[in-house]
Amino acid sequence: MGIVHGDEMVLNIGPQHPSTHGVLRLKVLTDGEIVSKITPYIGYLHRCFEKHCENLTYEQVIPFTDRCDYISSMNNNFGYVVTVEELMDIHVSKKVEYIRVIMAELNRIASHLLALGTFGMDVGAFTPFLYMFRDRESILDLFEMTCGARLLYNYMWIGGLSHDLPVGFVEKTYEFLDYFEPKIKENDDLLMYNKIFIERTADVGVLPPEVAVSYGVTGPNLRGSGVQWDLRKDEQYSIYDRFDFEIPVGTGQMGTVGDCWDRYWVRTQEMKESIGIVRQALKQLPTEGDVQELVPKKIRPPKGSIYKRTESPRGDLGFYIISDGKPIPVRVKLRSPAFTALSALSAIAEGWMISDVIAILGSLDIVLGEIDR
Amino acid sequence: MIHEQVLKCLRKKFPGSIVETEEMPADFIPIYQKNWAEIAAFLRDDPDLRFDSLQCITGVDLGEEGMDVRYNFHSMTHLHKIEIRISVDSENPKIPSIEQIWRVGDWFEREVYDMYGIIFDGHRDLRRILLPDDWEGWPLRKDYETQETFHGIVVPKVKEEWE
Repeated sequence: MGIVHGDEMVLNIGPQHPSTHGVLRLKVLTDGEIVSKITPYIGYLHRCFEKHCENLTYEQVIPFTDRCDYISSMNNNFGYVVTVEELMDIHVSKKVEYIRVIMAELNRIASHLLALGTFGMDVGAFTPFLYMFRDRESILDLFEMTCGARLLYNYMWIGGLSHDLPVGFVEKTYEFLDYFEPKIKENDDLLMYNKIFIERTADVGVLPPEVAVSYGVTGPNLRGSGVQWDLRKDEQYSIYDRFDFEIPVGTGQMGTVGDCWDRYWVRTQEMKESIGIVRQALKQLPTEGDVQELVPKKIRPPKGSIYKRTESPRGDLGFYIISDGKPIPVRVKLRSPAFTALSALSAIAEGWMISDVIAILGSLDIVLGEIDR
Repeated sequence: MIHEQVLKCLRKKFPGSIVETEEMPADFIPIYQKNWAEIAAFLRDDPDLRFDSLQCITGVDLGEEGMDVRYNFHSMTHLHKIEIRISVDSENPKIPSIEQIWRVGDWFEREVYDMYGIIFDGHRDLRRILLPDDWEGWPLRKDYETQETFHGIVVPKVKEEWE
């Protein structure tokens, strides 16, 4: 931290603090209420993911990816299996692709609900959080119905899925979507257009697009800054080309483009788009077919390496996998979107007040499990 | 296509920077680390290449073949991507830092340093990032040996039957 001047004070936020969304420590240099320097300290949740992968077979890595970002495990599974499949040149059946997309988009809604709810709680709105968790619960029920787990699914396998969709899943999902769609507006009225919330977030923590790109910020945070970039469209993978959906970008409705409010707004719009994708996927979903038809008996990708990204709820989730033709990977590296978003925190939040730093951190939607791996 | 274009540009602008082999690999560009910082700035600023986004930095320990640092770049302007590989000597691992060219390189390089002990020359704040500051050794190196104790706590060894 260097020299601390007479009027300045070093303040520790965390590691155990409700607003840090996990175990994160921020060393903050303050002058009164104004923050002049932020140094994040991470690694409290380090579980040696990449070291573990040195001793695991390809299919054994999947449960570990669940635990990296425990809010959106389906999307992590998805990113990993898509990468290994591309390395092995496996093309899964249409039915598997559709089920994967449905699960990933449902998980995106669940993840955004948690992000928005906790963001609201960070700035003092407790009630919306409870409503959003109630709705998230319904999605977790759908997952539990499908694979028996509520948070850590291990659902997507290389070449297939662990279970077919259960009887009644499609109807239950339609039922949920019909119920949930009007709830988005209810939540928006409760929190997003609330005057106090707007005062706390509009014009606060503006992230200019060029800074965002330089810091590798991706996903809703980048789109909040007005950059139209979504891997589901721009670096098309799986079957996302079959669906019709928009990419919402921040427009600075309440203040400046790229402020905390825009990042919140983008997530609410993405939930609507995800609902649309799930509806289209359910409509086109093939009923016939075995979901484990193409699961290989032995997973030994050919020699080589691959870097592939997919769009997780937090942004570009990249996997770098090196194979030497054996059943155990040489190297699995996870490029975490929350890691890069947190690295930009000091660039965004320096110069704001302590309470604004909490709002900015909430708007970035970080998951420490994925940052520390 | 972009692969050939980058090769051509680098050969013209920085002669001798590419590791020339008889069969050039098709999916990445191996380069020497000598002018890496200037090459990186060129990759970002050249209007035809414009690799404005550094996607990922991966450290790799290849055992006897030494260590590699692999960079995945992407251009949001032209929508093309490229992978660059730089070999590092295991005995004296050093490589120029590109942290000031892409700010995201700051934490990525710290992570590679943390896991492999590769020194990034010119990095302004090269500290461990995920592990404690007083951790001994570089965990993702192939010759890494777990320390016996850490602050008086005995580190459990991996049991044989797990293997």
